[in-house]
Amino acid sequence: MDPVILFFLLGLIAGLAKSDLRLPPAVYELLSILLLLAIGLKGGIELSKQPLASVLPQSLAVIAIGAAIPFLVYPILRYVGRLGRPDAASIAGHYGSVSVATYAVGVAFLASAGIAFEAHLALFLVLLEMPGIVVGILLARGISRDTQWGRLSHEIFFGKSIVLLLGGLIIGYIAGPEGIEPLEPLFMDSFKGVLALFLLEMGLIAASQSKALREHGLVVVSFGLLAPVPLAILGALLGWSLGLSVGGTTMLAVLTGSCSYIAAPAAMRIAVPEANPALSLGASLGVTFPFNIFIGIPIYFAFAKWLHGA
Amino acid sequence: METETRRLLTIVTEAALEADLTEAIRKLGAMGYTITDARGRGSRGVRDAGWVTSSNIRIEVICEAETANAIAEYLRDNYYRDYAMVLYLTDVSVLRPEKF
Repeated sequence: MDPVILFFLLGLIAGLAKSDLRLPPAVYELLSILLLLAIGLKGGIELSKQPLASVLPQSLAVIAIGAAIPFLVYPILRYVGRLGRPDAASIAGHYGSVSVATYAVGVAFLASAGIAFEAHLALFLVLLEMPGIVVGILLARGISRDTQWGRLSHEIFFGKSIVLLLGGLIIGYIAGPEGIEPLEPLFMDSFKGVLALFLLEMGLIAASQSKALREHGLVVVSFGLLAPVPLAILGALLGWSLGLSVGGTTMLAVLTGSCSYIAAPAAMRIAVPEANPALSLGASLGVTFPFNIFIGIPIYFAFAKWLHGA
Repeated sequence: METETRRLLTIVTEAALEADLTEAIRKLGAMGYTITDARGRGSRGVRDAGWVTSSNIRIEVICEAETANAIAEYLRDNYYRDYAMVLYLTDVSVLRPEKF
């Protein structure tokens, strides 16, 4: 097991034991900024080595799958899970979007296994963040004039994670490998250390979801456990059919199997106020995120290897 | 010392609403506001600032009584149902009434 995941476990245990351990909010902010920029820069450097146009058709397919996922999970939540329309739609939006931390753990996992993956996965991470949220809002609201789309699109497109990921991609693309070299000690070499601290805080936050899980139990927990694998398989099949490598297929599976807990909750709170944030956050942060980093990612890797017959 | 009475409107609510509320406060005629981060417990549970959706802010607005009432009514009608929000009004003495 990768030691970074043990930091998540430490945070989780400390949180459940009501330890006074807590990262200052400013430190957590800095860690997330470092992670997002590192992922962006890394992707940008690699992208600068290949023609951008070749990525375009794949990008469209990736956006399509991000928009499709909420349509797949919404009826299950609504009619099998018997949730109200706002809650079902909000959770569907969370699962259509993606998790940067899960992606980062996937990067660390593949690095330990010595498996390379295509650079434009970082671009896919950016592209997958938005469509799911927009579809989730549409499922809750319909095409209603009450929805402040201007305000929301500003929130979604200029939210901190998109700005930093895309900004990192562009800076990495312009600067290229030699240009970024002086920055490597901060962004690349310390990536795992930063990730470990970030996961410690994630563990503490996941522990704070335990109350919501006790209250809304069965639906949230079972959905959080059962949703990621089928969604990841969908991503793996897409990656395989797009001709991605084993590493790339794994990472696309990690992305589609993951769900948002930063961008989506913020957008949903504004756009779908009647949805209970404890439900969606409990499922995504309290169940699916831990599931993915402990169990999901190795499964997705094995499945990608099997698809490629390796 | 010469003082004049104004209304102080204090709103404790979810941080996610900050942009919406400050815009509304300005539109309804207040000259300014002060925002601080807040933590606490209420009917919607502990709001401990641990995460985006569980962080709170406290907005303070000093203004004419009519403006304060208009803001309070607007917030009650638009946000009370779905958001964690507490607001209260009190009289304060100010030295420079033209500022408020």
